[in-house]
Amino acid sequence: MTDDLEAQFAQWRRYLEGRRELRPADVEELEDHLRGSVDALVEVGLHADEAFLVAVKRMGSLDDLSREFAREHSERLWKQLVLTGTADGAGAGTRSRRDLPVMVLCALGAAVSVKVPELFGLTLDRDGAFYAPNAALFALPWLAGFLAWRRGAARAVVGVLVGLFALGAVAANAYPLAEDSQSVVLTAIHLVIALWFAVGLAYVSDDLRSPRRRMDFVRFTGEWFVYYVLIALGGGVLTAFTVGTFTAIGISPEGFVSRWLVPCGAVAAVVVAGWLVEAKQSVVENIAPVLTRLFTPLFTAVMLGFLVTFGLTGDGIDVEREALILFDLLLVVVLGLLLYSTSARDPLAPPGLFDKLQLALVVSALAIDVLVLLEVTGRITEYGTTPNKAAALGENVILLANLAWSAWLVLGLVRRRAPFAALERWQTSYLPVYAGWAWVVALVFPPLFGYL
Amino acid sequence: MKVTKDLVAASATPMVLGILAEEDSYGYAILKRINELSGGELDWTEGLLYPLLHRLERLGHVESSWQSVAGERRRKYYRITDGGRAELAEQRRQWETVVGALKGIWPGSDGSRPLIALPLGGRA
Repeated sequence: MTDDLEAQFAQWRRYLEGRRELRPADVEELEDHLRGSVDALVEVGLHADEAFLVAVKRMGSLDDLSREFAREHSERLWKQLVLTGTADGAGAGTRSRRDLPVMVLCALGAAVSVKVPELFGLTLDRDGAFYAPNAALFALPWLAGFLAWRRGAARAVVGVLVGLFALGAVAANAYPLAEDSQSVVLTAIHLVIALWFAVGLAYVSDDLRSPRRRMDFVRFTGEWFVYYVLIALGGGVLTAFTVGTFTAIGISPEGFVSRWLVPCGAVAAVVVAGWLVEAKQSVVENIAPVLTRLFTPLFTAVMLGFLVTFGLTGDGIDVEREALILFDLLLVVVLGLLLYSTSARDPLAPPGLFDKLQLALVVSALAIDVLVLLEVTGRITEYGTTPNKAAALGENVILLANLAWSAWLVLGLVRRRAPFAALERWQTSYLPVYAGWAWVVALVFPPLFGYL
Repeated sequence: MKVTKDLVAASATPMVLGILAEEDSYGYAILKRINELSGGELDWTEGLLYPLLHRLERLGHVESSWQSVAGERRRKYYRITDGGRAELAEQRRQWETVVGALKGIWPGSDGSRPLIALPLGGRA
């Protein structure tokens, strides 16, 4: 090998290293390939320079090569960009330029729709029974619309989305529920979940069957949450200044703040946060995986501590309804940690300490789930069933199924018996189950329990 | 003759797994082997091969490791796993079905009677 040729290789390698689709190991693998072709060409009688040129030419366009890598490793690109539409990119360019006005339009739409009920005499502070179950319907259709527009969703998908949101509107308003009934709270909570999965459908509308795309949606959810919290914090500061400065000049802005600024801001921020995640225009890149890494060990410690204490004291969980809901929420948080860390993990990485930690987390969650399940079943047999208990029971069973199989798969991963992809596939194909259950609670429960 | 893109894509997984079932190998050697086996008719690109290898690894069908064989560069070698062998057997069954069906339709060199009459020139 001449120095000249080595210099050419070095230059080619630098060029490849500049591509964010490729990792150093990929560059090394491809360089080995190029060297193999050059050697073969030199053997048949070409000069080193010629051989290099021919070999590079044979490798074809690096854009094509990187695009194929990008398709396989979407988790790498997640940080920098979101692949949208077709690979040729011509349509995508004009779309991304129109992102901002479309986002503003959707955010405005959300803000307007939260004020529309006031035309019919409903107000936020007096008509909680109307606003609580409808909350998701003011913001999420606009976010779904923005995403569906960005993806260029097919007509059939748009039709399904419209249908789902219409169904949501029926679930929120068609039943005669009293303001203090259990079902109002249940519907409000479950409708948010059900409709968030409708947003997910809009998110994956360019590739409905792909498990990787669903995983992207899980990532999106985590990032969206972080952005939303940040916007809410900023909104709090804005509110404080609005109140403070106007009060200082003798004008009371409380009415404006509580009737316009807070409700309109809250729903518009749902769309804005979604747009921020898509556009990645913020400095806080991928903070959610960091939070997951931080809180997985802490939650594991708390839950193991609880189980040990529970075993030592020997009493059953004899607690109020609220505490049972607390346990349910804890399990949901654990599931969120599991889902999110699954989405953020490098699929090719060998099993490590963090995976063992995750196994401990899942197994302890499983134990707690069983305890809660026993408690809920006991209560139902003793006092009869209510919407709250039935909803808790269903959620626990669904979580139990997911956690049990996840524990098995994580165990396989830690013992190097199963690939990480199996866990990923299980989690992504389980997502519709949550959506299905949320719809059941929102649509079927109120009539089933006589609008209790 | 150029094999169409769809056909290349559909046959890529069983080919790579089949080659790795013979022996552990690395990217360039796999590409060369495919070229040999097809008499130069199948010309895969690197953009097809390497992402495919990475996908097979993600799905647990193959495992990779960097190895330095004496007198050679450090290379990323791929090895088929038990899961990969099972996948290969499954794909083989599917391909045999397809090939068997095609053989039944086309006038073959094995003397079987063609089901459709083709103008065969002097032999008719």
